[in-house]
This record gives sequence, C-alpha cells and structure tokens, in this order.
Amino acid sequence: MPYGPHAPDDRERMLAALGIASVDELFADIPEGLRSSGLNLPEPEPELQLAARLQGLAARNRTDLASFLGAGVYRHWTPANVDQLLLRGEWYTAYTPYQPEISQGTLQSIYEYESLVAELMDLDVVSASHYDGAAATAEAALMACRATRRERVLVSHAIHPHYRATLRAYFGGGLQLDEIPVVADGPDAGTTDVAALERLLADGDAPVAGVIAGQPNFYGLIEPMEEIGRLAHSAGALFVGVVEPVSLAVLAPPGAYGADIAAGEGQPLGIAPQYGGPFLGLLASTDALVRQIPGRLVGMTTDLEGKRAYVMTLRAREQDIRRDKAASNICTNQALLALAASIYLATIGPHGLRDVAALGAAKAAELEAALADAGASRLHPGPYLNEFAVTVPRARAVHRRLLDRGVLAGLALADAEPDDPALADALLVCATEVTTSDEIARFAAALREELASDGSDIPDAGDRVDRGAAIPSGASR
Amino acid sequence: MVPTDLRYTKDHEWVRVEGDEATVGITDYAAKQLGDIVFVELPDAGRTFEQHATFGVVESVKAVSDLFSPVSGEVTEANAALAGAPELVNSDPFGEGWMIRVKVAGPAEVEDLLDAAAYDALIAEG
Amino acid sequence: MTVVGERLQSTLFEKSRPGRGGDKIPHPPKDALDRIPAAARRDGVPALPELNEPEVVRHYVNLSQLNYAIDTGFYPLGSCTMKFNPKLNEWAARLPGFATLHPMAPDEVAQGTLQLLWELEGILAEVSGMRAVTLQPAAGAHGELCGILMVRAYHRANGDLERDEVLVPDSSHGTNPATASMAGFRTITIPSAPDGGVDVDAFRAALGPRTAAVMITNPSTLGLFEKRIGELLDAVHEAGALAYMDGANLNAILGRFKPGEAGFDVMHFNVHKTFSTPHGGGGPGAGPVGVGEKLLPYLPSPRVLRDDDGTFRLERPDERPTSIGRLRSFVGNTGVLVRAYAYLRAHGGSGLRQVSDDAVLAANYLKKRVGEAYEIPYDRACKHEFVASATGIKKRTGVRTLDIAKRLIDHGFHPPTIYFPLIVDEGMLIEPTETESVETLDAFADALIAIAAEAETDPDVIRQAPHDAPVRRLDEAMAARQPNLRWRGMTGREMPCPD
Repeated sequence: MPYGPHAPDDRERMLAALGIASVDELFADIPEGLRSSGLNLPEPEPELQLAARLQGLAARNRTDLASFLGAGVYRHWTPANVDQLLLRGEWYTAYTPYQPEISQGTLQSIYEYESLVAELMDLDVVSASHYDGAAATAEAALMACRATRRERVLVSHAIHPHYRATLRAYFGGGLQLDEIPVVADGPDAGTTDVAALERLLADGDAPVAGVIAGQPNFYGLIEPMEEIGRLAHSAGALFVGVVEPVSLAVLAPPGAYGADIAAGEGQPLGIAPQYGGPFLGLLASTDALVRQIPGRLVGMTTDLEGKRAYVMTLRAREQDIRRDKAASNICTNQALLALAASIYLATIGPHGLRDVAALGAAKAAELEAALADAGASRLHPGPYLNEFAVTVPRARAVHRRLLDRGVLAGLALADAEPDDPALADALLVCATEVTTSDEIARFAAALREELASDGSDIPDAGDRVDRGAAIPSGASR
Repeated sequence: MVPTDLRYTKDHEWVRVEGDEATVGITDYAAKQLGDIVFVELPDAGRTFEQHATFGVVESVKAVSDLFSPVSGEVTEANAALAGAPELVNSDPFGEGWMIRVKVAGPAEVEDLLDAAAYDALIAEG
Repeated sequence: MTVVGERLQSTLFEKSRPGRGGDKIPHPPKDALDRIPAAARRDGVPALPELNEPEVVRHYVNLSQLNYAIDTGFYPLGSCTMKFNPKLNEWAARLPGFATLHPMAPDEVAQGTLQLLWELEGILAEVSGMRAVTLQPAAGAHGELCGILMVRAYHRANGDLERDEVLVPDSSHGTNPATASMAGFRTITIPSAPDGGVDVDAFRAALGPRTAAVMITNPSTLGLFEKRIGELLDAVHEAGALAYMDGANLNAILGRFKPGEAGFDVMHFNVHKTFSTPHGGGGPGAGPVGVGEKLLPYLPSPRVLRDDDGTFRLERPDERPTSIGRLRSFVGNTGVLVRAYAYLRAHGGSGLRQVSDDAVLAANYLKKRVGEAYEIPYDRACKHEFVASATGIKKRTGVRTLDIAKRLIDHGFHPPTIYFPLIVDEGMLIEPTETESVETLDAFADALIAIAAEAETDPDVIRQAPHDAPVRRLDEAMAARQPNLRWRGMTGREMPCPD
C-alpha cells in the first residue's frame, strides 16, 4: 500500500492486542449475503508509472491555443507567491477550524478574506465560502426567499446559462423562478429588459422575493444595475447582483448601486481554470441579512486573557446545529480557494487590481478593432469591459476550424444557448491582461481567412481527435 | 424553587398572567442549559400564536432552541432590549430577560400548565 | 513549546502602507476605461491593503504556522477521515495540461481530462456497486442535494406526488436533514436503537405512502456497521421509497461492502475523506454521486460520455430531458477529482481493500487502548472510528469532554470530534485512519489516559487548557453577540493588536 505506515509485524501486534487472528473478524458484522463481490479494478500502480500516466493524460489536453475564451472563467496572471504559499501543508492539510486555539492561521485568513471581499463589494457580511458562482447565486436566491418570506425570484436571462440552470435545479423543491428577457435590439440590445422586469414585478398574486442581474452580464455588457435595483426595491424585493470580482476594481460595486446581496465567481482572483473547479463562490450581503446568509463566518474576538483572536461565529445558522432548519446544508466549502483569492488580492494590491481590469479593457478594445477589421463586428452596441459578442456567419463551424489554426475563438454562443436564434451566428470573446497583441493578430488573420472561404470543406469535429481511449479493466459500466 | 407566581411549560417557558395580558420568557434552568445566549429571534407585535406553537428561537454559541408559546393570543410587544443584550436572558431570565407580551385569547389554557412545584419536579428529574 | 507557531499577526490592513507593492503587471494606457459610462464606474480604487511581496509571504507563512495540520501531526477527527494527502496528487493537479484547461473549451481540446473523468466514474461505480456516477457535486452536502433532488424527480415521474417526507436516524449528520429541507421535504427523525444501530421497527412504523427516501450513514456515525441494513432496505423498498446512503464513512468498507449491491439506490462519496484529497482548511472537496437503475435517467447534466469511436465528450444541454439539470457551473471540482483519480490508481483494487482493513484495525486497536480509561458506550467491533465517553470522569471530577479535548492540544494532538453524534453524552468520536503508525496510536492513547488520571488529581489544569497554544480559549459569546465580521479600519471596534 503506497502510503501505509506499517512495518511487517505491526499488524500482528495490533491483532494480538485485540486477541484475534485476522482482520476479517472485525468485518463479521456485515451480513453474509451483503458482503462485497470484490473490487474488479487494476493493480496498484507505483508512483513512477502513475506519474507517467498522469502526464500522458494531461498532455492529451491542448494547451497550445491562443485563447479568447472567457464566459465565466478568465485567464489572469497569478503572482508566483500565491501557489507557493498555498502548497504549505499547514494550509491545505488542515481541517475546518473547529479548534480555534490551534487554527488561528486559517481563522485569521478567513476574517481577512471576509474583509477584502467586503471592501471589493462595498457590503458588510461575506460568507466564506461557496462552491462556485452558480451555487452562490442559488444560495443568494434562497436567502432572498427566507428574508422576505416570499417564494418567487426573477432572474435576468443575461446571466450565465449555467447559473440559470443551477437556479432551476435548486428551485426544484417548490419555489418559483421566472426569467426577465433581454432587450432584442436597439442601443440596449443584450441587456436586461427593464420594462419587462416592471411588468413581472407588477403581478400581485406572486410577490417577488428577489431580482437577480449580472454586472457585467454574460454577454460582457454593462447593465443598468441601479435602475434594476430601484425597481426591485419598489416591489419589496431584494436585489442580488452577480458580479465578476476583478471588474469591481473599476466598476461600481454592489453596495454602491443598492444591492442587498452579491454573488459571483471568485476564480479570476488567482485561481487556475482547472476545467471548472475547484473555484470560489462569492456571497456577500448587507448587515441586515447577517442572520440569513448561509455558510461560514469568522469573527474577531478575544481570548480569555484579552488577546485578539478569531473564531467561527453565528454557528447556530449552520446544519450541524440547526439541522432541518439550517440556512443551508453547506458544510465543506472552498476555503483553500478563498485563501488563494486573499493572497492574490494582498499581493496584487488595489492599484494592481485596477491595472488588471483596465489592461483587460484595453486589450479587448484592441481585439474588437482587429476582429472588425477582419469582418466580424459586434453583435450588441452597448458598452462592455473586456468581453463582447461578435457576429460571425456559421459561427460554430468557424470556431472549430480556428482550433486547427491554434486559436480558441471564445465561445460559440449557439453551444451555450442552442434555443436562441439571435445567438446562432455569434462568438463571445474576451481579452485579459495576459492576451498579447500577437495572439490578437493571429486570431484576426485566421478569422479573415475563414470568412473568405465558403466553408464547404469543414470536416466533422471528431475527426481530428487522437484515438485510443483506454478503459480501465474492470471499470466497465 | 422557581417563582411561585408563574406557570411553566414542559419546554421550559414561563408565563405570568395579569388580567388578559401574559408575559412570557424562558426559565433559569433553560438559560443555564443553553449556555451563553447570543441571539433571540422574536415575532413582531400583531402576530398571533396558538398555545404551544413556535413563536421564536433562542440561540447560544453552539445550540439553538425553539420557543413555544404557553398561551394562545396576539403578541402586543416583544422585548426590544434583547436585540442588543441577549445576555439578559442569562442574567435575569424571570425579569429583564422576558421575551414577549401576549393578549391572552384563552385564559383557561393556563390551567393546563405546570405550577412551580410541578416544574421543579420536572427539572429535578433532569 | 506549542504544537503550532506562536507569531500572531496583525491584519493585512494594519500592515498596509500607501504606495507599497505593485508592478506585477504592466500599466494600462490612460484611456483604457474611457468607454465605460461614468455611472457604471467605481469612485476611486477599493480600499484594499498595499503590501510588498516579502511582507505578504511572511504574513502567510507565519499565519500558516498557527495551524495544526495532517502534515504536522495526528488528526483523529471522527467522521472526517483525516488521512495523509499524497504529494504526487498535488503535483498532478498542477500539470499545466490539467490546470490551465478552460471548462468551456470544446471537447476535442479536453480529451485527456474527459478520459480521466470517465475512468474515474467507472472506478467509483465499481467501488460502490452503483450503475453510474456523476462527478458534478462539489462536496458531500452538495452530493446529498443532488441525490435527494433525483429522488424527488423519480417520484414525480411516477406520478407519486404525495411523498414529502425524508426519514433520518437521530445519529445522522446535520447535512441530511438540512438537505431534505433544501429539496422541499419534511424531515422525520427516527431514534436509534439501544445498541446504537438503526431501529428497524421504528423505521418500519414511520415508513408509508408519504416517505420519499430514507437517508442512512453506514457504517453509522458511531462507527458501527448497520447489521440489520438488509431488512431496512427491504422495508424501504416495500414502502415505495428510495434508500440514500451517506458515504461519509466509506473508508471502513472498501472492498467489503458495496452499497449498490446491497440495495441502496443512491449514495455520495466524499473524495476529500475516503480518497485523500486535502481538506484545505474547510474545502474544497468533491461529492460524486452514484445511482442504481431507478435514478439513472435523472443524473445531473452534463454526463461524460464515450462515443463508439473512443472519443470522449460532454453531454449536450438538451440531450437527456429527464435530467435534474445542473447544480453548479461546468463539470465539477475537476482539480480535486484529478487528485482522487491518482489516489485510486495508486492503490488499485487490492490497495483499497487494504486501506479499509488497516483503518478498521487501527480503530479497534485504539478503541481497546482508550477503553483503559474511558467508557466505550457501544463496545463491539467498530469500523473505522469509535465513540468514547467521559461521563464517568465528568461525574467524579467535573471535567468535561471539551476540557479533555483542549488538554490534548497541550500533549501535541489535535482533539477528536466531540459532542457528535448528539446521542452520546460527553462523547468523543475518534477516527485514526490507516495512515498512522502504531507508535502514533499508542502515543495518543497514552495522552488520553494521562489526562484521565490528571482529571482525578488536578482538574483545574484541564479545565483551563490549552496552556501551550498561541491563544487561550476564546470569548465565543462576544463573537456572536457583537459580530465583528470585517475589518473597518479605525472606525471598527478597537481590539488589542499583537506586536
């Protein structure tokens, strides 16, 4: 066994102390008819071979692409100290800090996380932490229902489709979720339809607990958050802003436009894309909602000698104490990623974070100009920060052809929203501070050539894929 | 011995009935069992409760307990002082740590509750 | 000398000086934000701390040293399976091919990760005896929600709309009832039998046309195998309900008991327990869910599929309308799953069985040693963990389990889980795991026995423990009554600052 501690006679010593001949006796209470048929799995693999297997799998993922893909997950420069510090075993091999006397490191780091994110959000209370932006948004919606004792939430169609799908699943227990449509054309195309929101709020039979909108929204556009919030409040609903944290260095924070709750994906704060996680669900609220917010809270207090110290607090909201009446069932969270975000923010600093956001905006403007020059102009006219949609005929096919040219041309919106005809011929592209002018030029040149071809020679997507997926013996299904 | 002018529930609430008004709190024993009380969630005035219905929640550092109304009726006042000083429930459970005042709907219900001697016997059992 | 470091730190905010730090990335052009309407912009920059890199590094290194961790010592937290976290797994998760892969990249870009996930699903299905596995849930409780939402979908699809109750034993994890509530069910709590097991008769009496599911942890939270599990599962199915297994204690039964074979309909895995992915101070984890035949149609979307030509792909959003949908963005906590995969391949089938054999042997050995000085309320063969109780010590000396736990810190050990499960007075739930040597187990038992003796002679020392930690016991009442949940600079409550 690769990580077992026993010398050859250790097991015998323990068995002798127990007065038994075999460990099988300790399993005698499993009824005979229910005992396992055995494990039909491969043999143990020594570290040398296993490392080669893992490298081989990793190498089958393509990392050579000039990527313009964002859509909720963003490439950023992570200062080298972030991961070096995370790799200290005292951080990543510690458990939840239930024993505060020997967990002050984790506890203070969480308090600092709460403080840093509260500052970014301009809100009071930050829960540390949730699974990802989608789950945090769902928790925000449930929180709005608890706080208002209402059962209906309105969500903008212009937030990430995965977030809307997550909301639908979380609301499967009986709450009502309605979507606010987006404006179809004109100067506000692609943003939340405020007139439609007003109509949805006016339905007196089903009072609204919360209104959810994203800033920037899924299409990268700037939303009229203040107005959406005002309408929500006038109907007695809470306002939930779904935000991207780097943008908060330059865009108005949720607290400034009257949001009661903010949720978002913390991945851009020093966390690698990792094919979807582990990420960091951000969730924050005003002080008024402190008893409704789910998840871990750490507070500053003193020890019995008056020394400053930190401890998990308001625990009675949580599942281990309140059981079926808990604010949420969350237990294991994303603490290590909250730590990564804190180290990132401490290292990059407020001016550095502003530079990250502004440089991304500048690169995106460069990208917009280059793509327009190549024949792909913007789908929506409104202002954006660093992500936007462009119109490209046969967008899905072109997107796949560009992979052959070493370009990951953002997201073919039809893949994410197959039912929306307005998005059939559109790519969602983004730039950040790591995007280079050379990559932009490659993208533009490749796109220009694709748009010039008639597309008749486009092959099936699967044809380029290298074959030979091994099935582990015994792992058949 | 707990105060003899009060009536008690098996869930450790006390009630003092004066005319058609009742004052409700939790007993010294309950407060001690819970430990340091950190929050009391009380209903707004105007809400009505049946006898033995949950009217609020009391939280200590590591426990939480529902509060059950000893009598039916409409809440006329909740103790606002507990919002800033929940520790009053520990320090003076039968006095300043009171929780709600209720306009009693069914005065006869009080007769179903424990008197001081019966409540003392209950907590003596542990 | 404490078991952790002693350098308490002032906050990042107190260490901040205007103008420090920066220059990690180039400066943007001055007009970069001119296109953003003024109304949508932030006034000024956020008031985040300004530090240089050396200060940041010292801050976090010194803070880290205030933590106890598996890498520093024995961590016998019952129910948490704090086993060694292999270093190879950290290396693997950081391979650029895995770490930099964008979750919305086309399938053909992601074949390596998709293959890994597909193989991992197969391994977990084999370990659990389930038909299929979803890797989407981010943690155990998230897996529970996924499982119970599938149960709901199943009953609805059968037109069985009256089933609104979930039965759980009183020894269950708090996540079980909390999950039932989140999914729109009422929780019915069933008392445990005197032997610590599920009370099959009480369950039978509570089962009925309103029962949607029964949630069982097996081995139980007392570390005992549910001997009557077969009868219970039969009763559940006769009532038309489904059986959910909380897999938190899977480390006890690898290769010995497969929940799917025994008749459970759905279960979650805690890969951050059983399969060694690190706890990270509270997370991340991953909570894959295995299902039997009945729940197969309702698995969350997208599933990882292998096409006939051997390529892997994600299911399209509209491909399986019976799915409960998704419980998060993207496919799951993939980085965590890479680590779990490495662990499973390192062990293979024989190694996994050895894991459980050694975990159970260690727990029984430690139970016998701890039993020299403490009550063992359920004294039969345990699985990977056991409950000890300090009721006798408390009666005689007034020393409580909490005090004993704190005194263990002075002996250099992390305390066990205390006061859980709720049904044991003065309980300590002790789980040694398979990666601790017999010397470590003996040293821990010796410490507990010494504390029991000390309780008789010098109880005040224990009641005031820990003595050798960077801080003493905390004022938790103040923390909850006047919550200070964020730094507010000089406007906040003034607290004494460490040097």
